[in-house]
Formats: sequence, structure tokens, C-alpha cells
Amino acid sequence: MEAVNLLSSNRYTEKQIGYLFISVLVNSNSELIRLINNAIRNDLASRNPTFMGLALHCIANVGSREMAEAFAGEIPKILVAGDTMDSVKQSAALCLLRLYRTSPDLVPMGDWTSRVVHLLNDQHLGVVTAATSLITTLAQKNPEEFKTSVSLAVSRLSRIVTSASTDLQDYTYYFVPAPWLSVKLLRLLQCYPPPDPAVRGRLTECLETILNKAQEPPKSKKVQHSNAKNAVLFEAISLIIHHDSEPNLLVRACNQLGQFLQHRETNLRYLALESMCTLASSEFSHEAVKTHIETVINALKTERDVSVRQRAVDLLYAMCDRSSAQQIVAEMLSYLETADYSIREEIVLKVAILAEKYAVDYTWYVDTILNLIRIAGDYVSEEVWYRVIQIVINRDDVQGYAAKTVFEALQAPACHENLVKVGGYILGEFGNLIAGDPRSSPLIQFNLLHSKFHLCSVPTRALLLSAYIKFVNLFPEVKTTIQDVLRSDSQLRNADVELQQRAVEYLRLSTVASTDILATVLEEMPPFPERESSILAKLKKKKGPSTVTDLEETKRERSVDVNGGPEPTPASASAVSTPSPSADLLGLGSAPPAPTGPPPSSGGGLLVDVFSDSASAVAPLAPGSEDNFARFVCKNNGVLFENQLLQIGLKSEFRQNLGRMFIFYGNKTSTQFLSFTPTLICSDDLQSDLNLQTKPVDPTVDGGAQVQQVVNIECVSDFTEAPVLNIQFRYGGTFQNVSVKLPITLNKFFQPTEMASQDFFQRWKQLSNPQQEVQNIFKAKHPMDTEITKAKIIGFGSALLEEVDPNPANFVGAGIIHTKTTQIGCLLRLEPNLQAQMYRLTLRTSKEAVSQRLCELLSEQF
Amino acid sequence: MIQAILVFNNHGKPRLVRFYQRFPEEIQQQIVRETFHLVLKRDDNICNFLEGGSLIGGSDYKLIYRHYATLYFVFCVDSSESELGILDLIQVFVETLDKCFENVCELDLIFHMDKVHYILQEVVMGGMVLETNMNEIVAQMEAQNRLEKSEGGLSAAPARAVSAVKNINLPEIPRNINIGDLNIKVPNLSQFV
Repeated sequence: MEAVNLLSSNRYTEKQIGYLFISVLVNSNSELIRLINNAIRNDLASRNPTFMGLALHCIANVGSREMAEAFAGEIPKILVAGDTMDSVKQSAALCLLRLYRTSPDLVPMGDWTSRVVHLLNDQHLGVVTAATSLITTLAQKNPEEFKTSVSLAVSRLSRIVTSASTDLQDYTYYFVPAPWLSVKLLRLLQCYPPPDPAVRGRLTECLETILNKAQEPPKSKKVQHSNAKNAVLFEAISLIIHHDSEPNLLVRACNQLGQFLQHRETNLRYLALESMCTLASSEFSHEAVKTHIETVINALKTERDVSVRQRAVDLLYAMCDRSSAQQIVAEMLSYLETADYSIREEIVLKVAILAEKYAVDYTWYVDTILNLIRIAGDYVSEEVWYRVIQIVINRDDVQGYAAKTVFEALQAPACHENLVKVGGYILGEFGNLIAGDPRSSPLIQFNLLHSKFHLCSVPTRALLLSAYIKFVNLFPEVKTTIQDVLRSDSQLRNADVELQQRAVEYLRLSTVASTDILATVLEEMPPFPERESSILAKLKKKKGPSTVTDLEETKRERSVDVNGGPEPTPASASAVSTPSPSADLLGLGSAPPAPTGPPPSSGGGLLVDVFSDSASAVAPLAPGSEDNFARFVCKNNGVLFENQLLQIGLKSEFRQNLGRMFIFYGNKTSTQFLSFTPTLICSDDLQSDLNLQTKPVDPTVDGGAQVQQVVNIECVSDFTEAPVLNIQFRYGGTFQNVSVKLPITLNKFFQPTEMASQDFFQRWKQLSNPQQEVQNIFKAKHPMDTEITKAKIIGFGSALLEEVDPNPANFVGAGIIHTKTTQIGCLLRLEPNLQAQMYRLTLRTSKEAVSQRLCELLSEQF
Repeated sequence: MIQAILVFNNHGKPRLVRFYQRFPEEIQQQIVRETFHLVLKRDDNICNFLEGGSLIGGSDYKLIYRHYATLYFVFCVDSSESELGILDLIQVFVETLDKCFENVCELDLIFHMDKVHYILQEVVMGGMVLETNMNEIVAQMEAQNRLEKSEGGLSAAPARAVSAVKNINLPEIPRNINIGDLNIKVPNLSQFV
């Protein structure tokens, strides 16, 4: 209270101490704030620059919402008023910036904006610096309103850069003219794309001058001189990278950074690595960056500072490509052994991603991941080993190798639990592939796994039990051994419910069921549907929410977490082709004591992770199922429909104008479905464009069983509608009727076409007829992630053309739609706007209806 | 934007703590402690940037620090600031202190808390860089001193002001005015010219 009294004093000293007290100690939601606001308002109106300055300082320092409400309208007026003192203008600009940051909605945009831009021409460099900060932030949100600032900023910059070091007097810092202002101006220019040619020439000149200055001998030996000079230089380089349009400048920038990589100053090495990381993603300089690979690896090995090493890892990750992947991954692995604990997990994820992304040879991939687990097992997260299993299962050619390798790895006296998990899973699935070798006969395999059993935690033991029951199927000769193990008290009476249940169920299963049933229940896992690597999602999560709040991503993560425990949910476990075994057991009349137990699907947690996207899509019995339909536009396999009774899965393949679709109908109940009749319905229009042929299926579907129907598809001509799949059956006494749209869409008949930049633009221009182009601008429905988008475009069927569009953020694709009658060339271009969370999609094809339809389909995907 | 400015000595005693984002008292102290431990274990000849991690705001934030004789100056900034620029700003701040106090040393920061805050206010305002020109800052400070003198200084101020200062809720202040280790001999900061 006393402090507030001081504010209204007329004496400077008293006012000052009052303000200091408030800005340091008063909490922003204090009740006094109203009184304080009043005092501030008086001071702002006082026309005394000192008092105004104090008041503005106070507003900026407290920066609360109440203050913004009270003063947001007033400060712009002070800022642009002609008679305001320089120092007050400076404070007002920053004060406004602060308020804008806390509550952007409260700062009104108005005609003051254009006048603020002209502050860039102000005589007083302090004012210019403050104004530049303000404009930079405002321009990020309202690029249009501040567009004029670009040319002003460029001319200001060129005046500074070309001035002699003495021209700017006070603002020359250790012989560098106005370094802070230059940095700010360069930052401002990074809010905009490269300006039009006239201004651009001037800007390029400036940037060249800055680069040239770096080569000049230093004017002073002081570290401050080089610091200031390099601050400007680094900012210039990041502008060059941002514009990404002048190959010449990019290469020079890269060389400059290369010099810094070996500089004596640790700070410079650090920053050089950081900038190079962004540079590596630019198409023009990727090659140039790669020449420094040895230096970077060296930095990783010899650098004494963990911050710098971390940057080196980031850069290696960014510059990796197919040719250097083996080398880089090997280096990172060897670094991992000595790496700091704080960054190990991140390195593990990066290695796993690189190994997968650039694996030419999957045996190398398997080796790498197993090495990874060996070296840093504690830091290998679930996702990493889930992923290796997904890949092994989906690729027949590495299964035998993988089994052999894990078998060898498991022979080490001490191995990490994660390795046991991978080993258990892979041997359980593919142990038969190496059983021929007497050194890895079934019994040896089993004993090896079982020797690790007692050292593992409950989830791993559960997984191992599943592996054992799979052995029963694979190798009948070890059946009795395994039954003995399962029968032992430590299993059957285990304190853990999950283990006990598994042991009981598996034991019954192995004694009661015939070999046929065993073979069906325990058949090899079906290939996993391709989807985004969960590791990538994890790395993203670790890196913190980037520019977008990854709502969907986190949702998916969460559903994994929820289901990731040892208990798989029956619904998702029966998802693809494994029929639910618990239902089978019921049918045999020998149900285990706990009827709703988890079905013996090996690696429950894994399975759930894999199906988490289908689990989240389990829709109520919606007749339309439009959502599911959209999900199939960019992929061919998955679950199309699911309710309490029935699950419909799809697998399809397309070549040119022909396709084949396998539809799996799964009966989720334990009762038979009678008069089961699926019918394909095509509207009249569609019938002439699309030929569908199928055979009728068996009219009864047993409880828990699955039937398969094959549909042969021929595309006669382009089409827009989709056929409808109608299913009718009797369940119990009631008649059931389900209709779903079958995801046969035009884009399925895409054949990707690779072409070079020139060809692309030539064709693009050829299709310039207004009817041939369809454009759609729409809001992003999903997080705007580059990798996901790329995957979707490829899934859509077209080729993804890299290095075609001058702006690397854009996506360009090309392909040919094959129909029986014609072939239609399609070009597409997708331009994301991260700030506005919008996309612009442009399609050009030789046929209007095709452009229209493809645009509709693809727009739904982002 | 600058989130926080921390100055502490080689023993981790805070000498100047300025947050531009509200944190409860305990968290502030915890941040100072953790920052101190992060900075302390680093050699003098490794780089001046380090990722703050969980301290303030997460991975977008960096700690940029400089070590002068007995004091660490640590700025916590987000990615919108140029790293070298902030490094230079610390230099400007310290040089300005040096000019205002004539060979500044740790004791000056203890006994002239208010002045240090005023100087900082001239350099950084609400987390944004206000003025980088040393002469300007010094001129402002001199003008302020003149004003103070002409008004007779705080001591000659009317009783109301004095009582106000005395009645200020004292328990909150002492964290900056820690006199516990004053008998330690405090060397001057290194020279700048």
C-alpha cells in the first residue's frame, strides 16, 4: 500500500522506488493492481518522459493480463505519436511487445501498424532495434499487414553493413556496427519468403558482404569483436538457409560453417553444428554438408563438452542418407558406449530410426538393433523392440537370419531383458527356421530361453510363456518338456494372476487340443499393417511439442500406454486373421476356470501397440463409416468395420487397372452366423466404370471363425463413387444388416512416376488449362508432420518427388491412373502453411473429373 | 525472449535474481540451485551455452552464461534470441556495471542492490532487450543520479517515503541481501579494457 502511495508522488526518487518494488515483488494478481494501474495511467498521461518511462517499464515487467486490458489501447498511441521522445518510444515498443506476448487477443491491430513499420527508418538506432523486435513478433502472426517492412529492413540492413565502423558511433560495439540491430533485422527477414527481385538483389549483396567480412582479418584481438561479428554472421546464415534459394550463398555458408567446425572457440563449434543441422535439410547444400562428415564424427569422439557432442549427434542424424547410413550408425553405436546418460535414450531412438529408414539390407538392420540393445539395453524403449519385431515379421527374407542372430546373442551369459523379449518372440515365431541345425535344436532353444526365465520381470515371463506354447506347435518333440514346465508349481500357482492364467490356459490347450487346432491357434503372426513407425512418434514426443500441438499423436500414444500392459484386450487381439482362441476352447467344452481370460496371443503388449490405431477407431455401429473409408484411401490393409458381433478386415493389392481385395469376415461371438450373405452393390453409373467379380461365401460362419472372400476388381474408366458392401446374416434369432462403403477409390489405380524437376514443370505447364486444375485450400485436421504427410502421399499411390519444388516444405507428386480405356497423368502439389495450419492442394490431370475426385480424396487425408 | 537473469557467486549465493515470468518463491530458489549445479561443473574453456532442459519452459530454452572472477551471470532465453547476441549482452551489462561502480566487485552488487536493478532495467525490460548502447545506459544512470541528488536522495526524503521503505514486507527481501559470508575476501572482477 505504501508503495502505491509512492507511485503517486511527484518526486522521482520516490516514484522510482515504488515502481521498483512493484515490478520486483508484486504478484500479478494482487488486489492492489487496480490502484497501481491508476497510478500508471496518470504517469503515462503526464508527458514527462522520465515518468512515462518508469510507467512503461512497470507495465512490461509485470506484464499481466489486467495490465494488458488496461493499457493495450493506449500504448500504440504513444508509440506512433510524433512528439514522443526516443527513449519513450523505445520503451513503448517493447512494452507493447510484452503485452502482445502475454495476451495477443487484447492488442488491437489498427492503422498504427503501418506507422510502426516506418519506425524502421527512425534516426535513433535504439528505437529501430526495439521496433524491429516488435515487428518481428507481430509479423509472425499477421504477415500481410507488415509486408512493407521487408524492403525497409533490407535497406536499413544494407546501410549498416556497408557503413564504416565509426559511422554509427555509440552503436558500434567493438568495431562491429550495430550488431544487435543487424541480428534483429535478419530475424525479421526470416519471417518472410525471399522478396521480389529488386529487393532480393540488394539483400543478396548484404549477405555476401557479411560473408566476406568473416574472411577479413579481425580488427581487434578481443573476443567481443569476433563474437559480435559472428552473431551477425550466424544470423545471416540462418536467413540464407531459410530462403533456401541461392545455391551459391548456401554453399558459401556451408563452407564458412565448415571452417567454424574446427575453430578454437567452443561456442563457434557449437553454433556451427547447430546451423549445419538446419542446412543439411536443404536440397542445394546437402552434398556440401556431407563433405564435413569426418569432422563431425571427430567432434563426436573428441569434444569435451556434452552440449557440443549432443549437437554433433543431431547433425549426424540430419545429414544421414542412404550412402552414409552404415558409417554414421556405426559411429553412433560406438559413441553410445561412452555417451552421457542424459542423451543416451535419444541416441538410441535416432539410431533405431536411421537404421530402419536407410536399411538396404535388413540383416544389417537386425544386427544394429540387437547391438543397440546389447550396448544400451536400459535406454531402449518398448517402441524400439516392437518395431524390430514388426519388421522381422513383415519381411520373410530376414526371419531366418534374425532367429539365428538372436539365438547367438542370447548365448551371452548376461543379456538384457529387452533382448530376452525380442529373443522369446522371434524364436517363438521363427525358431523352426533354425531348428535344423543341431547346435540350435528345439530343446536347446527352449533351454536357452528358459535359463533366462527366472531373471526376468513379469511381462517378459508372460511373453516367454507364449513363446513356449508356440514351441509346442512348432516342435512337437519338446511338448512334454514344456508341459512339465507349465505344470510346475512356480507357474501354476504363481502369485501373479497373469502368469498363472497363462500357464493354466496354455497347459490345457496343449493337452486338449488336436494338432490341427494347435496349428490354427498358434499359427504364425500375420504381417502387421504398415503404419508410421512408433519410434518416430516417440522421438517427436521427446523433443517436446514442436510448433503444433500434436493432439492426435498424444491420443495415440495414450492409447498405447493404456493398453501397453500385459493384458491385451480381446477385441484387438482377434483383429486380423488369428481367430480368438478362447472362443475355440469354449466350443470344445473345456473352458479354463477364468472364461474371459486373455487369449494366448504371444506378446500381448506388442499386439496392442500394433493395433492401437484400429482400437481407437472402433466405431459404434455407424451405418456410414465414412471415417474408416477415408483411412483406407492411403492404405490397403486394415480393419474396415467392427462391432460387437462382426469384424471386417481388408487386404488389397492393385496393379495398373486391376486389383484384388481380400475381405475377412470375423465372427466375434461364440455363436454361429446363419445365412451369411455379403453382397457388393454398385450404382448404375459405377457399374459401367468398375467391374467387380466375387464368389459367394459359405452361408454359415462358426463362432470365432473367420471367412475370406476375394473380390477381383477391374477399373474400366475413371469413377467417383465407391461400391457398397452389404452384409446380412442371422445371429441367434435376430436378423442383422450392415452396410459399409468399400474403399475402392480411383487413386488405387495409380502407378507412381519418377521424374526430374524439369520434366515435372514442363508437364505442369502443359496442363495449364483451367479445367484441368483443381485447387483446394483447407484446414489441417491432423498434426502437420512432414514424415506422415510423405507417407500419406506415397500411400495415395503417386510418386513423391523430392527436390522438385524450390520450397522444400512443399510436397510434389506424380503418377498415372490406369484404367482399361485410358491412362491419365496426374501431377499434384501440396503446400503446407504451418503458421495458419492450412494446406493448399493443387491437382493437375488431363481430365477434369479425375482432378476433382483425386483432390476430394486427398484433401480428406490431412 | 529472456525468461530469467540470475547472478550468483562461486558458492551459489544468489546476488541478483530477476524472473520475467512468474514463478512461486520455492520454484525460483530451486531453479537458482539447479542452474548453479549445472553451471558449476562445467570447465571454463567449454562452450557458454547449455540446454536448460526441465528448468524453465522445456527444450526450447537455453542457458547462456559467463563467468567473471567470482560471479556467474546466467541468462535463460528462448530460441528467438541469438546466442552470441546474448553473450555480448552479458558483456555489455557487466561493462556497464563496471563503469557505474568503477571496478565493480561482488560487494557492489550486495550493497547497491537497487542500483543494479536500475541498470538492469535499462538493459532488459520485461524480458526484452531495451538498450545495448553502453554510453546511453551510463548517461541514463547519471541523469538518474542527478535527479536523485537534486531531490536530496532517499535519506532526505520526507518521512512518508522512509516509513514506506521500512514497512515494506521485509521477509521477502533478504534472499538478495545475504550478509552471511561478508567476511570472505572478495576480489575485484577482472578488468575489461
